[in-house]
Order: sequence, then C-alpha cells, then structure tokens
Amino acid sequence: MSEPMQIVNENELQAYADGRLDEKRRAEVAAWLANHPAEAGRVEDYRRQNEALHALFDPVLDEPVPPSLQRPAPASWHGMPLLRHAAVVAWLAIGGTLGWFMHGAQEVRSGTTMAFVRQAAVAHVVYTPEVLHPVEVGAEQEAHLAAWLSKRLGVSVKVPHLGKAGYDLVGGRLLPGSNGPAAQFMYQDGFGQRLTLYVRTDDGGSRETAFRYARENNIGVFYWIDGPLGYALSGDLDKPQLLKVAQAVYHQLNP
Amino acid sequence: MEKTDHLIEEHIPRLRRYARALAGDRARADDLVQDTLERAWGKFHLWRSDSDLRAWLFSIMHNVYVNGVRKSSSSPMLLPLEDDALDVPVRAAQEDGLQVRDVHAALGCLSQEQREILLLVGLEEMSYEEVAKVLNVPLGTVMSRLSRGRERLRQIMAGGAVPALRVVK
Repeated sequence: MSEPMQIVNENELQAYADGRLDEKRRAEVAAWLANHPAEAGRVEDYRRQNEALHALFDPVLDEPVPPSLQRPAPASWHGMPLLRHAAVVAWLAIGGTLGWFMHGAQEVRSGTTMAFVRQAAVAHVVYTPEVLHPVEVGAEQEAHLAAWLSKRLGVSVKVPHLGKAGYDLVGGRLLPGSNGPAAQFMYQDGFGQRLTLYVRTDDGGSRETAFRYARENNIGVFYWIDGPLGYALSGDLDKPQLLKVAQAVYHQLNP
Repeated sequence: MEKTDHLIEEHIPRLRRYARALAGDRARADDLVQDTLERAWGKFHLWRSDSDLRAWLFSIMHNVYVNGVRKSSSSPMLLPLEDDALDVPVRAAQEDGLQVRDVHAALGCLSQEQREILLLVGLEEMSYEEVAKVLNVPLGTVMSRLSRGRERLRQIMAGGAVPALRVVK
C-alpha cells in the first residue's frame, strides 16, 4: 500500500488528536501517521495532554457548588452599590452640615483641622448606632488592637482606659483618614451611651496641644494634637461633661 | 428570573472546572467564577436566547480573566508548584508516562492565550469555531495558538524538569 496522496496539514493533526475528523478523513490521517512515526508520536502526546487535563480537573465537576455561587446574593453583592451609595450620601450630608456649622461658629482654625474634626464627627455618627459591628476588634483583644493600629498608623498608638470617667472600651477600628490610615476607639457607659476617640497621624503642621471644641447639633467634638498624633473625642454630651472625658483621655496618654 | 437562575446554574460546574485550570488555585478560581456570574446575571437581558449560553458565559469569563490579568500585569498568574497548593484532587495516576501533576505545573509556563485555548479545546471540548467565538479571535489564530501551545507543553514535558516556577501572589 502506498502512502495516501493527500497532504495532511497541521490543523488536521490537531483535529485528529481531538477526535474531530469525520470517519473517512480520520482513516486517511491514521494511515498517513503509520508512515510518519515522529508525527504520530507528537499527535499521541497531544491526545494524552487532553486526557491529563480531564484527569486533573474533572473532579471539580463533582465538587459541591459553594452557596455563594448558586445565585446572586442580594446582601453581599447586589446590595453593595446601594449601601455604598447611601453611605456616601450620609457622609456628604453630615459633613456638609457640620462644616457649615463650624464655619459659622468660627471654631475652626484651618482647613486641615476642619477636615480632621469633620472626619471624626462623621465616623462617630456612622459607627456609634451600629448594633452588630460597632468595632472591628473588640476590647477583649485590646493588645492586638493596639499593636495592629500602631502598625497601620506607623506610630505607637495607646488605648486609653476611661473606666474612672464611667466609660468602658468597646473596641476599635481602622478608618481612612486624609493623611492615610486613622483609628477609632469606641467607649460605652452603663446606659449604652457611646463616645468615640478618633486618632490620626498629624501632618506636622502644628504642635499645639490646646483643647479645641466644635459642636454640631448633638455631637460635641473636643480635639487636640499631641506629638505625632491628632485626637478628636466625639459624643452626644454637653461641653463640660465631654471636656472631663477629654481630659481623662489626655491624662491617660500623658501620665 | 428563576428560569434565568436555572439556565445559568447548569453551567456553574463547568465554569468552575475551567476557572480552576485557568487560575490555578481554588480561591482565585472561585473569585473568577463569582465575578463571571455577577456579570452574567446583570447582563442576562443581552443574551440572545437562540445563541449558545455556554459560549456566552465562557466568553464573559474570558473577559473577566483577561481584565484581571491586565490589572495585575506585574504579577502574572502562574500555577503554584507546591503539592499542597494543588487544590485539585488527582484522579488515579495515569500509567502511560504522562505525569498529571507535571501537566498542571507546565500549564503555568504557557502564555495566557495558549493556556485558554488548550483548555477550551482539550478540557471543555469546544469546537475550534466555538473557541474562536468565545475568545473573539479568528479561527486561524485559534489553530496556530493551539498548535504552538500543545507543542510547547509537550517539550516542557519531554524535558523532564519543568522550568522553575515561582508562586506569585
């Protein structure tokens, strides 16, 4: 028997390996390969590649599909943009009102300070009503909380204890600030009244430590700068009460 | 909507299989599937019911994958070599000389274009025309990439040792 006259091209060899030739052509290519052992070996290797792929990955077909992939999960995915949108609207509304108030009260000395106080107050309003997730790391992991936030802020961050002022630590979280990472500690008294202490790295423009005060509706904010960090204590308290707590924070940090 | 869910869900196991082979590890693969499904649910009204749903879904996954690769172009997706990083339970070892695990590692040495085509043809068993449609490239490109990819895989296997792979985050 002589070799088939038809020329077998590369695409046909691929199709042969994949079993995609019709019966007649398949037989012709097989006959041609019988006289071309090198090509035959190559095509056989391709066929085995396909087998190996199935051996490797077909077991995935039998794995149970994780619930997250079974249907669109409204809470985790489709709800997200809406939630995010709502949060941005809230942020702008609160920030706008607060900024306007503080501008009128002439309490604010510079744009960056104003931004600092606004961020602290907004973070207070956003997180204190939170029932399920008020903090990222709870008070029971206080050492970890301090170490984590110190690492992220790049300076040593201490967690003040305000038990003497009647407030227990709830925990803390990492927040975005205008200078990079910022931290928020949350405290709570026996009645569930919450205060937050917002901490961020100071941009170096100021070394003042005087207490400053701003107020927006029911949220009072005492703020001060102490070394490398700026602090803002926010709460729904009147000024003298909040000042007492702010002084307690200051003394805790400067024993 | 329920009909939509059902239609797409039928394809999830195959999308996962392909993603696992493409992305290498389970976590990244399921992220890829999830992103693909998100897009598919959201764009289902754009799918023409007379066209092939599987091709449509794989084509979405291709785009999600390519965009992801482009975004992290400084960290190419290579397959990890460590045994315990292989998230795929290997079926009974083949006796015919081709080391299945080596194929897994060698896949990572192919270009992304070659890998996709090898998998769509060899694993997903799509026709060459379907592959061209899914990847939105001419049929001739599919054939030449398939041929080059298979030959490269073969040479890597024949060389015994797979070129050193790094685990890239």
